[in-house]
Amino acid sequence: MSSTEMRQQIDDLLSLAKKKADHAEVYLTLYEETPVLFEANRLKQLHTTQGNSVALRIIREGRIGFATSTDLTELDGLIDRAVAVSEFGAEAKFELPSQSPYPPVEVYSPEVDTITMNEMVGLGDQMLSQVREHTPEIMCEATVTKSTVSQHLANSRGGEFQYKKSTFAIGIEGMIVNDTDMLFVGEMEASCRPIRQVHNVTDRVITQLENAKQLATISGGNLPVLFTPTGVASALTTPLCAAFNGRVVVHGASPLQDRIGSQAFNQALSIYDDATLDYCPRGRPCDDEGIASRRTPLIEAGVVKNFLYDLQTAGMAGQESTGSGSRGGGLPSPRTSAIIIEPGDVTFDDVVADMKDGLVVEQLMGASQTNVLGGDFSGNVLLGYKVENGKLVGRVKDVVVSGNIHELLAGSVTICRERRWLGGTMYIPAFYFPQVGVASKA
Amino acid sequence: MKDNLSEILKGHKADYIEIRLEKNTHTGINYEGKELEEISQPVSSGGSVRALVKGGWGFVSFNDTNALRDKVELAVSQATIVGKEDSHIASLEPIVDTVLPDSNMDPTKLSLSMKKALLDEYNAIIWGTPKIQTSTLSYSDGRKDVIFANSEGSYIEQSRVGINLRVSVIARDGTEIQQAGLSLGSSGDFTEIQNLHEQVQEVSQRAVELLAAPRDKGGEYTVVLDPVLAGVFVHEAFGHLSESDFLYEDDRLKELMVLGRTFGKKHLNIIDDPTLPKLRGSYKYDDEGTRSHKSYLVREGVLVGRLHSRETAAKMNEPVSGNARTIGYRHPPIVRMSNTLIEPGDVSFKDMIADTKDGLYVKDWYGGTTAMEMFTFSAREAYRIRNGKIEELLRPVVLSGNVFTTLQNIDAIGDDLHMNQGGGCGKGGQFPLPVSDGSPHIRIQKCLVGGG
Repeated sequence: MSSTEMRQQIDDLLSLAKKKADHAEVYLTLYEETPVLFEANRLKQLHTTQGNSVALRIIREGRIGFATSTDLTELDGLIDRAVAVSEFGAEAKFELPSQSPYPPVEVYSPEVDTITMNEMVGLGDQMLSQVREHTPEIMCEATVTKSTVSQHLANSRGGEFQYKKSTFAIGIEGMIVNDTDMLFVGEMEASCRPIRQVHNVTDRVITQLENAKQLATISGGNLPVLFTPTGVASALTTPLCAAFNGRVVVHGASPLQDRIGSQAFNQALSIYDDATLDYCPRGRPCDDEGIASRRTPLIEAGVVKNFLYDLQTAGMAGQESTGSGSRGGGLPSPRTSAIIIEPGDVTFDDVVADMKDGLVVEQLMGASQTNVLGGDFSGNVLLGYKVENGKLVGRVKDVVVSGNIHELLAGSVTICRERRWLGGTMYIPAFYFPQVGVASKA
Repeated sequence: MKDNLSEILKGHKADYIEIRLEKNTHTGINYEGKELEEISQPVSSGGSVRALVKGGWGFVSFNDTNALRDKVELAVSQATIVGKEDSHIASLEPIVDTVLPDSNMDPTKLSLSMKKALLDEYNAIIWGTPKIQTSTLSYSDGRKDVIFANSEGSYIEQSRVGINLRVSVIARDGTEIQQAGLSLGSSGDFTEIQNLHEQVQEVSQRAVELLAAPRDKGGEYTVVLDPVLAGVFVHEAFGHLSESDFLYEDDRLKELMVLGRTFGKKHLNIIDDPTLPKLRGSYKYDDEGTRSHKSYLVREGVLVGRLHSRETAAKMNEPVSGNARTIGYRHPPIVRMSNTLIEPGDVSFKDMIADTKDGLYVKDWYGGTTAMEMFTFSAREAYRIRNGKIEELLRPVVLSGNVFTTLQNIDAIGDDLHMNQGGGCGKGGQFPLPVSDGSPHIRIQKCLVGGG
């Protein structure tokens, strides 16, 4: 469907919907994704996914009606369903936004469209050969994916946007089986521009393989634990982001409730939510409701600064939307953009060197399957290393690490100087805590 | 439609091609706190084509089902780029059949106001409980109509209906937040979610009680699992390891998972069975058109079988099991579980507890995940057991195991099998797939438990 046809479709739907509702908003997406999949160390599948969907949100007698469809031509059915559910719908606590200027955020690279299947296969082959050159017995799965999504919105108050976003991602996961021992390593990278160098990913995997060469045992207790950036992402960010989600906040389920402006965390901690970064997969000029993107401080020097709202939750809280409205098939809901954590001034290597005995956590498995609203995490160390007298001495297993982020981040914490982008969604350093609960078989 | 698809499937240079066309209707009702937050009735339709050429697969997915022949050609050309070896796919007789949903009280035929009225009743119970901060109720039902046709002449129309209900109750005391919940599903019988008033009441009270519950220290414990959590345990601890797609091309793993290897004691029997009636993981044909049947995975503690797609079965020279499943037209079928369970033994729950000097009784689930050798499963409820008695409530705990030791450490299997229908399984970016899992009460020695 061309851009003009799409525009016409949206206008038609909007004018039909306006006859039956006080306000209406149409959100249309078209996307195409092409993953190249390698399994068991070789090319196995090529996919092409083309899709489209249309979402209609109406406000009728003060209540929200909503319907979606993958059929862009069947407009009457869509309107009827939105009207039917509006009878039961939530009370609208917002006004749809009129047209407003958006910051320039580049998230589309035409190069992604032109990169060929052969080039993508080549990138996968390079990842496999570099990792296998280091460790011949490893079995790898690799993916190289490109996608383009085109988003259009128009509402009955004149608000509208249209932008295209491209994403390119590469990733590799490897497994080594040694009798009844299994080792898992992996890394990925994503950008709105094509990724033409694989070494960022493969170097990390090779470092993991080096650090995991020996097995080590660790006994349980309250131990010093250093979470690498991936360790932080697997354990700490889910409960942390939940506490800043406007939806959780308006229902009183965030431990940070009523703590705006207060020192809830160690003053070394500053965290931002940023949707304005060019070529970042979580970047965008505006959110999925047409509110301009921005950089929102969540924590500055340990002080709670803002929560993240979409239109409805902002209305409920008596606040402004932070441009965090995101759609995943249903009504918009607040979601983080790119999470940026400010670095500290100590290097990762210096922290390790200063650790007498402890644990480095690279990946915690299942850590968010507990009371994340309360800030808890607890998971099995899928990849982690024992530290003895300031040196990594080997991989640990059958170890569970647990804690509560509100307690840990309010107490003593050292934040490292180096930061890493994780899948284009977080830019974060490593975190060291002198005492974290560790349970072990050993 | 049958003739049309069979015509489209003709005349391509491929070893195998299949087409899937799908229509979905859905109703979702979500409450956040006292208010209904979202109600919607989305519809979607689309399809996919999968082609196999010389061992390589091409897959095309779309919403627009016009020009199907072009999509078949695209899938074949993609497969041709990949394919450099020989294709292996278990041979099957073509099947022509129609399977309609078998539901007692079909939710897709009930009014929105009736569904809302039931949720209002549950919400009233929650909000009648003192100290509740907020709650989430999410209800969904849906119908999926699928047409499957392949280049071997199979043509199968299958429809299924499903229901899901999740209740989460959140209690608060200052900065302390605790939650308790309930997760249920059904293969399309609304009566199964109609009489939960007592359970909703219990869940609400427990959320409040958790505020005062102590955290337990992490370490190794004797744990007694209720049937719901034991179901999650068998799914994570062993079910995923039975899925052949992770090992069929890996010689070391094949050696490790060789049929005949002992994983548990004599009393341990694990099956996967899509033919059980009226469960969320039940189906007559899988998404490659293979007739489903019951598979023993572990019999008397020994590995005796595994779950296959047509490709993994052919490559491992084992019989097909009918376990190739997809969550929908966006994804190709991969090897998945259906209804997975530990068969009942002969120990009563009463005796199991009475015989436990010091341990934990853990119930219900937050989640579970696996990395083959190691896995986690987390309990919503945990109680201390002392001298054969269940005592105080503790904070929720995450349990962790190792497949090579934890199954061996099961020392008691109850006589009270119960299937849990609340879960949805995730694998390879495909979530949630309707499955069920179950078990009687079981006891595990030396299970690693994270601090609460």
